[in-house]
Amino acid sequence: MPAPIRLRELIRTIRTARTQAEEREMIQKECAAIRSSFREEDNTYRCRNVAKLLYMHMLGYPAHFGQLECLKLIASQKFTDKRIGYLGAMLLLDERQDVHLLMTNCIKNDLNHSTQYVQGLALCTLGCMGSSEMCRDLAGEVEKLLKTSNSYLRKKAALCAVHVIRKVPELMEMFLPATKNLLNEKNHGVLHTSVVLLTEMCERSPDMLAHFRKLVPQLVRILKNLIMSGYSPEHDVSGISDPFLQVRILRLLRILGRNDDDSSEAMNDILAQVATNTETSKNVGNAILYETVLTIMDIKSESGLRVLAINILGRFLLNNDKNIRYVALTSLLKTVQTDHNAVQRHRSTIVDCLKDLDVSIKRRAMELSFALVNGNNVRGMMKELLYFLDSCEPEFKADCASGIFLAAEKYAPSKRWHIDTIMRVLTTAGSYVRDDAVPNLIQLITNSVEMHAYTVQRLYKAILGDYSQQPLVQVASWCIGEYGDLLVSGQCEEEEPIQVTEDEVLDILESVLISNMSASVTRGYALTAIMKLSTRFTCTVNRIKKVVSIYGSSIDVELQQRAVEYNALFKKYDHMRPALLERMPVMEKVTTNGPAEIVQTNGETETAVLETKPPPSGLQPANQANDLLDLLGGSDITPVIPTAPTREPASAGGELLDLLGDLNLTGIPSITAYNKNGLKIDFTFERSNTNPSVTVITIQASNSTELDMTDFVFQAAVPKTFQLQLLSPSSSVIPAFNSGTITQVIKVLNPQKQQLRMRIKLTYNHKGSAMQDLAEVNNFPPQSWQ
Amino acid sequence: MIKFFLMVNKQGQTRLSRYYEHVEINKRAMLEAEVIKSCLSRSKDECSFVEYKDFKLVYRQYAALFIVVGIDQTENEIAVYELIHNFVEVLDKYFSRVSELDVSFSIMFNLDRVHIILDEMLLNGCIVETNQNRILAPLFVLDKVAEG
Repeated sequence: MPAPIRLRELIRTIRTARTQAEEREMIQKECAAIRSSFREEDNTYRCRNVAKLLYMHMLGYPAHFGQLECLKLIASQKFTDKRIGYLGAMLLLDERQDVHLLMTNCIKNDLNHSTQYVQGLALCTLGCMGSSEMCRDLAGEVEKLLKTSNSYLRKKAALCAVHVIRKVPELMEMFLPATKNLLNEKNHGVLHTSVVLLTEMCERSPDMLAHFRKLVPQLVRILKNLIMSGYSPEHDVSGISDPFLQVRILRLLRILGRNDDDSSEAMNDILAQVATNTETSKNVGNAILYETVLTIMDIKSESGLRVLAINILGRFLLNNDKNIRYVALTSLLKTVQTDHNAVQRHRSTIVDCLKDLDVSIKRRAMELSFALVNGNNVRGMMKELLYFLDSCEPEFKADCASGIFLAAEKYAPSKRWHIDTIMRVLTTAGSYVRDDAVPNLIQLITNSVEMHAYTVQRLYKAILGDYSQQPLVQVASWCIGEYGDLLVSGQCEEEEPIQVTEDEVLDILESVLISNMSASVTRGYALTAIMKLSTRFTCTVNRIKKVVSIYGSSIDVELQQRAVEYNALFKKYDHMRPALLERMPVMEKVTTNGPAEIVQTNGETETAVLETKPPPSGLQPANQANDLLDLLGGSDITPVIPTAPTREPASAGGELLDLLGDLNLTGIPSITAYNKNGLKIDFTFERSNTNPSVTVITIQASNSTELDMTDFVFQAAVPKTFQLQLLSPSSSVIPAFNSGTITQVIKVLNPQKQQLRMRIKLTYNHKGSAMQDLAEVNNFPPQSWQ
Repeated sequence: MIKFFLMVNKQGQTRLSRYYEHVEINKRAMLEAEVIKSCLSRSKDECSFVEYKDFKLVYRQYAALFIVVGIDQTENEIAVYELIHNFVEVLDKYFSRVSELDVSFSIMFNLDRVHIILDEMLLNGCIVETNQNRILAPLFVLDKVAEG
């Protein structure tokens, strides 16, 4: 059999292949030759064959039949054989194959070999792919080599020990005595790997961490020598003495100094020295500075040092090198929570980075900008962020939009600004807005009562031109359905009211329904909106009826169902239609529904859970005629139904959060809580099915005297085990002669199911004088709190 | 910790691959192709750090050859950037003239040597030695033994 070809020949041959198929053919031919050579147990050429096999493995072809051959090579006495054998073992084998255990004995022998290079090989292989059994067997040998004076072996042994500890953490104790004088070495390779070993041990065990804290002075000294030593040809990289070692030591110092005042104090000086003396003109210098900054921010350093660190990052931001800027933005993101004010100083530079061409930098700058928004800078920042949203790549738009919504919600200086910002986001990035944002926006719009007319007008104008962006169209349809009457009556105060007729409104909604671009969900919104307008519009009811009946035979099942139900509403239940399609009441924000949103604290602490909201002062602005909260009566606009406390709120929309839909309204008797001087206050109760410790009390205040009571304010207090929440009253005037009432909703959280007691305070003006009264309410029926 | 060390040419052919964390062999080709695609699509002005899945790529271009190192969150990106350059300098020293054309040739035909150099520099994803003379010492010994 002719001698197998050399590796070079093989490579040359493969390079001549012009197609993938040709290459595969060549490889297969060569594999067959190698296989037969292996079968013949050819010792001379085994080395060559395995080398070729490794090359083919790198190209992606299977090479598992060479595993045993690697073992044979390892067992050979020739250094060249051993070399390739160990390399093959590292590349082809891992602990998943059973074969690797056979290596254990070979490695053991080689660890005690007379030649240091062989020992080095064995250490290298063990350190790369040793399994836990192998590590357990050979840990003793490794530990012995860790104590040797041969620096070539010592450094490899240290990293091998790291691998052993990772695989078998219990053996960590074994290496402890050997670490005693590791740091006394002069050889930088050993120093470097020793620091890695110490780092690994400290990260794994808090006891070790405490034990090694006493090494801090020694580490500081080594670092100092490195900086002060001047030019040393051995370790010089671009004028700095062994930067890799410096970086490693800094990292170990970081771990040792975290949460420990004494160590942090011992490091302060050296950190300041490194931070000020390192050359920044070369990249290596910047690497060291970067690590120093990370260390300063992580340990308990003094404030002067922290300011120094942030200033270094600020300088990095202005550097021309993109890599440095990227690194600066990443570190600032890590520190913005703790040193918020210091980072704010660099805000303008960060905002400039939004305009960078590099995608990685833009992403970092965007995240950092959101972290920096607070009450003071929100207008300016929002302008920049909206501009960014306009021009950024599509992959950013969704995140940016969500971030803007979050920030706007937290820091909006005025409702109008908030609505404007939302409009801007919807119109620029409308199709990238996340689906869960739509209900949140709708809820927000509902709650800003005085902006309804303005909002609906702007939304209408927005979709007139273009109704392809689904979230925008959804929100717009919903608003038009709810507030269409405000739209046609031209009531807008904030801006120039536009003249819109009912027909025009219906035109746009119908086009949304017909359009191919509308998603099924959007069509649902539009249809429901059209239906709601039947109670708000006066002249076009017939047209609405016609549209609705057309969709009764739509192919889309959801649309069909809705249309059929609405049709039924027209035909058989026309008397209920106004009540069902009434204005939506103000909604509560339920944070447990939908995906959890991470609350960024921006330098303040917040808790955003519904249950723990502290009771508001109870003084809602009395002049805010908040008729939307009138749950039991009709609103001004639609005809009043005879009071039925069991009215199901309109579920025609269906897609909105609706807390009131599951109230248990059966038979808890109502009580008269207060009856004096013509003022009577009644309590009616409702219990929630979903949360049994919540009781919803609706008070009704009536006035039997002959003069109105004005500026009426109701306040309540409960014992400490309860929590109370007062919602806005319907008005502040109780008309005389029992001709009307004020209603207000109180929510009581009673987790311990104790007996309900309440102290109430009433203030009002009557017959020209101010009246005030305190009373206690003790006659709560048991069903209201049990 | 360093997850992998790759040398890939502009056409997407892998010249050297070393994985310090196990990756299935059939996934390797895909990984290498994706990695080189994201590196090639970047211009000269963009930074050398790319976020890829759950780790970062640090890459450097030397004529037609890309050296890409995958690292996790604990590594200092700029230090790894310098490490790549150190490695290239070592290769240069050993092969005596690593120029435009010879780079791929020398590395390709002496793949086992390059692996040995890499092993002397990195062990299990951590830096062992950065001094160029000390890295090359065992190699010169090996060469002498091979000749004799």
